[in-house]
Amino acid sequence: MIKVDHPVLLDARGLRKSFAGVHALKDVSLEILAGEVHCILGQNGAGKSTLIKTLAGVHQPDEGEILWLGDPVSIPDPQAALELGIATMYQELDVVDGLTVAENIFLGHELAKAGFTSRSQAHRRTKELMQRLGHGSISPNTEVGSLSAANKQIVSMARALSHDIKLIIMDEPSAVLDSEEVKNLFAVVRELTNAGIAVVYITHRLEEIRQIGDRITVIKDGRSMAHGLAVAETPTSELIRLMTGRNVENVFPPAVPIRDDAPVMLDVDGLQLAGVFSDVSFSVRAGEIVGLAGLVGSGRSEILETIYGARRATAGTVSVAGTALRRGSVVASVAAGMGLSPEERKSQGLVLEEPIYVNVTLSSISRFARAGWLDARAERKAARAQIEALELRPADPDRAAVTLSGGNQQKILLARWLVHGTRVLLLDEPTRGVDVGARTEIYALIRRLAAEGNAIVVVSSEIEEVLGLADTVLVVADGRVLDSLPASAIDEHGVLELVMKGAAA
Amino acid sequence: MSEQTTPGTDIATPPGPETTTTSVAEIPQQSSLRRLLGGPVGRNAGLVVALLLIVVVGAITAGDTFFQVSNMLTILRQASIIGVISVGMTLVITAGGIDLSVGSVMGLASIAATLAVTQDLAGSSHWIVMVVVALAIGLAAGLVNGVVISYGKVVAFMATLAMLVAARGLAEILAERRTLVVESRGFIEFMNADFLGVDILIWIFALVAAAGWLILNRTTFGRRTVAIGGNREAARLAGIDVKRHTMWLYAIAGLCAGIAAVMILGRTTAGTSTHGTLYELDAIAAVVVGGTLLVGGRGTVTGTVFGVLIFATLTNVFVQNNLSSSVQAVAKGVIIVVAVLLQQRFSKPTGARE
Repeated sequence: MIKVDHPVLLDARGLRKSFAGVHALKDVSLEILAGEVHCILGQNGAGKSTLIKTLAGVHQPDEGEILWLGDPVSIPDPQAALELGIATMYQELDVVDGLTVAENIFLGHELAKAGFTSRSQAHRRTKELMQRLGHGSISPNTEVGSLSAANKQIVSMARALSHDIKLIIMDEPSAVLDSEEVKNLFAVVRELTNAGIAVVYITHRLEEIRQIGDRITVIKDGRSMAHGLAVAETPTSELIRLMTGRNVENVFPPAVPIRDDAPVMLDVDGLQLAGVFSDVSFSVRAGEIVGLAGLVGSGRSEILETIYGARRATAGTVSVAGTALRRGSVVASVAAGMGLSPEERKSQGLVLEEPIYVNVTLSSISRFARAGWLDARAERKAARAQIEALELRPADPDRAAVTLSGGNQQKILLARWLVHGTRVLLLDEPTRGVDVGARTEIYALIRRLAAEGNAIVVVSSEIEEVLGLADTVLVVADGRVLDSLPASAIDEHGVLELVMKGAAA
Repeated sequence: MSEQTTPGTDIATPPGPETTTTSVAEIPQQSSLRRLLGGPVGRNAGLVVALLLIVVVGAITAGDTFFQVSNMLTILRQASIIGVISVGMTLVITAGGIDLSVGSVMGLASIAATLAVTQDLAGSSHWIVMVVVALAIGLAAGLVNGVVISYGKVVAFMATLAMLVAARGLAEILAERRTLVVESRGFIEFMNADFLGVDILIWIFALVAAAGWLILNRTTFGRRTVAIGGNREAARLAGIDVKRHTMWLYAIAGLCAGIAAVMILGRTTAGTSTHGTLYELDAIAAVVVGGTLLVGGRGTVTGTVFGVLIFATLTNVFVQNNLSSSVQAVAKGVIIVVAVLLQQRFSKPTGARE
């Protein structure tokens, strides 16, 4: 698959970059050929984002050089990157929701005559771009806010293509997509490379690299551990070793048999959210992990949020340890011992600028106060105990949550509920944005929490994760529970078959 | 890593011991200065410098009169009323809200406390009745704001703008556009007395500021306020009753307006419906100049106190030099812009990667 005959497009050597004394990049080299899909693999915090921001002109390297088509260049700002022919699609898509597709695509370089924007020309070119990306059905007039995450990505890509680009950098584009949408994305990527455009593809899903990548650069702790590895010739175990510095096997912890006398901790009966899902009934016993498997849009997250009271159910009841909860009240759910780790950790879970300990004690803050007066020492002590127990890094309760990696941010949320003393834990995408090495830790932690008597409900868009983690699997499609069965009795293929059948019915 | 020009495989050698120096030792000086200026110490240090600058200008242009103790007390007295309002505003803004109604509510409370009915009751019992009425009106108006914003889901800007207009109107109706003179000598004497050589008004400001600081920094209420301002959805999903909390925040802002009404009654010895006009803007300016983020999530009562003092001292320097209030307004505008510019430069999180 290596396109040896392709010319070297970009050659970065010995890049270094530090922020306020923290070395984000220590020694990174990267070589990209025209028309290849070059994957950058690395754990969170390895320096991937800093690297691409350096190539995109957001950051300037402290040391090292960048050759573009053989000539040394400096990229002082994003505009200069675009002029060279480098476009970047960030993870947080930078499209403007309130503008139309066409307006987004030509934002900053509007097609204009004498200061008046030329709508018809913009529409024509938008149509062409959309067709080229295989999404001719998206109208130039559609407001971007009404599009799905996948389609917003397409708009972002079209915007990149509206410039004359040679290299497009995609930062974890698959993170917000389901498997069908990922296939679509890959088709678009192939279309781009066929046209001679190089794609830098950042991900931590190894199976995607197998499907789409030509060559790989692995980054660990700000260094390129290996660059220009051919995908086809590099075994996965080698990639994991380079990425984590150790061998990873046995990802999922063994299931622990549930005691016969384990009480039902969570009971969901006939739960309905009009227009989204209906008639959801199941129960979870102490020590049990129940997984909801289904595609994006099947209603999985909505079911979890409704159980939690973050959305008000239109029918049905939720009971914790036999006591029915007030509908639509998070406060009541938390008081009853329920905790949610939300899908979007950053926007729904954490107060990012606040230190770890504040985030850990957020749900049980009154317990760290006497008559309303906070005891910050007790808070830090409790946070420190959790930091130790969960091996949270960095082990400093005063560090702002924003500086932590995805896996450690997830641990903050788990710590929050451990401090609160939950009996029912709802985990929505517990390993999204968490790298391979840290995932194993999170899985072990979830299993341990179950073994300690918690009832746990897990939602994940990775079916493998649900099957590996859960004792019982509920297959969800179109807002209905299709089946409930032991995780050992079904495989990924079986779940997908059920989903397809259910969706067709 | 020698043959990088030829495409192909190239595995880096493992890092040697000489490259594993700790990053802490290498913090460049410029960045530690930046960190100092970016931290809470730095922000207040910047405010101290700004205040000192204005004091120096005052000393140069009007040295003899400016530095008299009586003039210093005048500055503090003038800062005190807007200061009390600003403390309440700090809490609201920290939670990501805004309260435009405080000036009007202050006017309304001053009228309610000086109506014939209230003063008759006060005359037959004690002047404390007037105080209670003013505080109750402020609290009630704040609660109405809070309920409309939290449970009616009206944007804070609009809800409090409506209250601004309505409270002023109600004050005019109740006052019949007249000035209502305070009859209680006891009240006026108390409010204009001093304690340890410092005016009661200044003491009230100091007490309110101390209470605001304690609430924001040392109580669960303050912690929740910061959390709501920092990430409203995360606070809600963590089990905080965001609606009820928000309601109480506006109630506190209203209560502060009530306290300010009592203070202005003491100073002017009369209630009018125009008391507190445009105070909301002065308060917002002081809060923002003090370093509280207008988007919420970060608030400082200490900074607000500095912000209030900066504007009050500035006013005083201008008055001492017989400069017009128009010139003063221009200077105020410049200070606000400069303060916000500095805030944006230095309030970016340091050391954030990825």
